[in-house]
Amino acid sequence: MDLSFTEEQTLLRDSVAAYLGDAYGFDARRAAIASPAGWRPKVWSAFAEELGILGASFPEELGGLGGGPIETMVVMEEFGRALVVEPYLGTVVIGGGFLKRAGTDKAKALIEDLIAGKAVFAFAQAESQARYRLSNIATKAVKTGAGYEISGQKAVVIGAPWATHLIVTARTAGGQSEEKGVSVFLVDKTAKGVTCRDYPTVDGRRASEITFEKVVVGPEALIGPLDGAYPLIETVVDEAIAATCAEACGVLRKLHEGTLEYTRGRKQFGQPISAFQVLQHRMVDMFIQVEQSVSMSVMAHIALGGDAEARAKGVSAAKVQIGRACKFVGQNAIQLHGGMGMTDEMAIGHYFKRATMIEGEFGNTDHHLARYERLSLDQAA
Amino acid sequence: MDLDFAPEDEAFRQEVRAFIAENYPKALREKQDRGEELGKEDYFSWHRILAKKGWATPSWPKEWGGTDWTPTQRYIWSEENARADTLAILPFGVSMLAPVLWTFGTEEQKARFLPGIREGQVWWCQGYSEPGAGSDLASLKTRAERIKGDDGKEYYLVNGQKTWTTLGQFADWGFFLVRTDPDAKPQAGISFLLIDMKTPGITVRPIITLEGGHEVNDVFLDNVKVPVENRVFHENQGWTCAKALLAHERSGIAGVARSKRNLERLRQVARTEPADDGGVLLADPFFKRKVAELEIDLTALEFTELRTLAGESSGKGPGPESSILKIKGTEIQQRLTELALEAAGHYGAPYLRGLGHNLGAVGPDEAHGVAGAYFNTRKTSIYGGSNEIQRNIIAKMVLGL
Repeated sequence: MDLSFTEEQTLLRDSVAAYLGDAYGFDARRAAIASPAGWRPKVWSAFAEELGILGASFPEELGGLGGGPIETMVVMEEFGRALVVEPYLGTVVIGGGFLKRAGTDKAKALIEDLIAGKAVFAFAQAESQARYRLSNIATKAVKTGAGYEISGQKAVVIGAPWATHLIVTARTAGGQSEEKGVSVFLVDKTAKGVTCRDYPTVDGRRASEITFEKVVVGPEALIGPLDGAYPLIETVVDEAIAATCAEACGVLRKLHEGTLEYTRGRKQFGQPISAFQVLQHRMVDMFIQVEQSVSMSVMAHIALGGDAEARAKGVSAAKVQIGRACKFVGQNAIQLHGGMGMTDEMAIGHYFKRATMIEGEFGNTDHHLARYERLSLDQAA
Repeated sequence: MDLDFAPEDEAFRQEVRAFIAENYPKALREKQDRGEELGKEDYFSWHRILAKKGWATPSWPKEWGGTDWTPTQRYIWSEENARADTLAILPFGVSMLAPVLWTFGTEEQKARFLPGIREGQVWWCQGYSEPGAGSDLASLKTRAERIKGDDGKEYYLVNGQKTWTTLGQFADWGFFLVRTDPDAKPQAGISFLLIDMKTPGITVRPIITLEGGHEVNDVFLDNVKVPVENRVFHENQGWTCAKALLAHERSGIAGVARSKRNLERLRQVARTEPADDGGVLLADPFFKRKVAELEIDLTALEFTELRTLAGESSGKGPGPESSILKIKGTEIQQRLTELALEAAGHYGAPYLRGLGHNLGAVGPDEAHGVAGAYFNTRKTSIYGGSNEIQRNIIAKMVLGL
C-alpha cells in the first residue's frame, strides 16, 4: 500500500498549477466566460501543447503519457482550484474513456486528434424524463442498411457548444429504462439533423439542448457492443464522477482557504471575526469536510481499478461525501463572508456556484446513497 | 385555545380573496410569472391599489391608517396574499421606518412622512450597514457634523459610505444612521437622519450579486447637507430608533405564509418531476422525507409566530424573541430553495437570465431561476443581523447568559 504521489505526478501538479496561476486568474476567467465563445481555445491549445495534459491518462501505444486515474485526479484538483471551464472532463475523461475502449481505427485516429487538442467531445446522455438514471434512454437509433439513424432529445449537454463530436447514448432495443438494449454512438456535431440550443450555465460553463432528427451515422460510429453498452457507460460515468470529485476537492479547498483568509482580515467588535469561537468551530467543521472529501476522492480513484462492484460502491460513496461537503462548505463559506460573499465581484461566490452544481452532476447525493445501499446493504440483507 | 375561524373571519377571508382576485394588476401578474425584473412602478402599483382600499398598512396605529384588524385577520391577510402570490409590500417605509416615526418622531415628522409611505408615493431605502460596520453596526463611521448653511439654517453635513442598500436605485428618501459624536461610546454617538436621495453629493452604485441580480447598492455621501429637522429623536440617541427598527425588521422576516405557499409549490413540482425509478419525485422516499421534515419545521415556526403575535396584541412589542423567527424563518426559506433546486435535477444548471425566451424554452417552466433563487436566498441568514448575531441576542437578552 502506498498513498503517496510519484515524482512525475507531483511534477504534473506543479506544472498545471503554475500554468493556471499565470493564465487562469479570476479576472481572466471572468472575461472568458462572459465572451461570446465562453471559453478560450488558446488555453485548450496550451493544455495540448505546452502542458501535454490532454494525453496524460492515455496509454503510450495510443500516443498518451501512460498515466491513469491518479493523473486525472491531480489535473482535476488543480482545475477545481482555478474553476477551469474548458471541457477536459467531457473530452479527455468521457470522450477518451469511450474511445480508448472502442478498439476501432477511427477511435484511434480520434484519440490522436484529441491529444493534439483538435477534437473536443461532449457527452449527450441525460434526458429530461430520466432524472439521474443512466439506463432511462428514449433517444432511438434504428438500423438502416449499413449504419444507424438516431432520433431523440438530450438535455443539458455540458460543453456541447465547444465540441466537435458528441458521444450519444441511444436505445437500439428494449424498453425505455432497460439496461439491455443501450448503445453508444459517435456523432459529428455538424452532422445533418443535429440541432443545438446553446446557453450558459449558472457556474460559468456552456451547455446545449440537443435534438437529433434522423441523424444518419455509419457502422463505424458505434462504440462498444450493440445493445450491450450499458456496463461501458457505467464504467466511463464512474470515471467521470471520480474526476468530478477531484475537481470538487480543489473547489472545496479554495472555499475553505478563502474563508480563513477573509475572517482573519475582517474586523468587527474590535477583533478579527476569526477570533470568535463559534466561527472557529464552523471553520474546523468545514476543514473536516474538506479532508474527508479528499480522502474519499483518493479512495474512489483507486477503486476505479477494481471490479465493477467495488468501483461503483467506491465512486458512489465518494459522491455522497463530496455532495454533502459541497453543500456544507459552500453555504458556510458564503455565510462567513457575510454580504461580501453575495457579490459577483468576489471569487468565493463563483466557487460556491460550482460546488452547488457538482452536487447535482451525474446523480445527486440521494441518487448515490441509494446506489450505495443497493450495492452494499441490500445484497447483504 | 382553538384554531377555529369564526364565521366573521371566514367572511373576511372571502372578502380579501375576492378583492385580490378582482384588483391585482394583470400586467404585474404577467411580469411576475415570466420572472422579469420589476421596476419602481411595478412595486408601487399594487401598494397604491391597497392604499385606496385602506389596506396598505394593516399593522399601523388606526389614526395613521392602520386597519385595526385582529391577529386572526392579520393572519388571514398574509395567508391570502401568499396564496395569490401577490407582490409583498416593500418593508422599508411601511414596516421599518414607520414604527420609528410614530414612536420617536415629532408630530410634524409624522404628518410629513407617514402619508407618503402609506399611499405608496415615496420610496424609502435603508442606510445602515457600512463596509466596516456589518454585524457590528454600532461601529459605523459615516460622519454628520452640524453646520450653519448660507441660508442661516442649521444642517448636518454628512460624509461616508453605506452599503447593501436594498433597491436603493429607486429610492426617493432614505433613513440613515450617522455618527454625530465621534468621541462618545459607539452606540451613544449615533443619530437617525432622514435624507432626500436627490440631495447633491449622493451617489448610488449597483452591487451585482452572485446570481446576477441588481438588488443592493453602495450609497456614497459626499458633503450631503441635511436639514436638522430631518433628524428623528434626539441627537446621539439614534441607536434607540435603530434597535426598535431592527426588532420590527426581524419579526416580519419569518415569512411563514410565503414559505407555506412555496412549500405547496414544491409539492406540486415534486408531483410532476420524475424520480430515478420512473415514478414522481414526491413518491421518492428520500425526497418525500425531506419535504415532510421541512413541513414540520414550518408548522413549528408558524405556531411560534402565532404565539409571538398573541403576545404583541396583548401590548408587548416585538421583543428579542423575534430573533427566533428570524433564524428559523430564514433557514426554512433557504431550505425551500435548496429542495426546489434539487427537484429541478439537470435543469438547475441553465442560466437564462436576460436571454429571453425567443430562442425557445429550456427545461420545464418550474425549473426556471431555481438556482438563482437558491443563490440569492443565502442572503437571508446574513441580512437584518446575521443569524449568528441573532443567536447572540437570544443568548444575552432571552437566556441571560
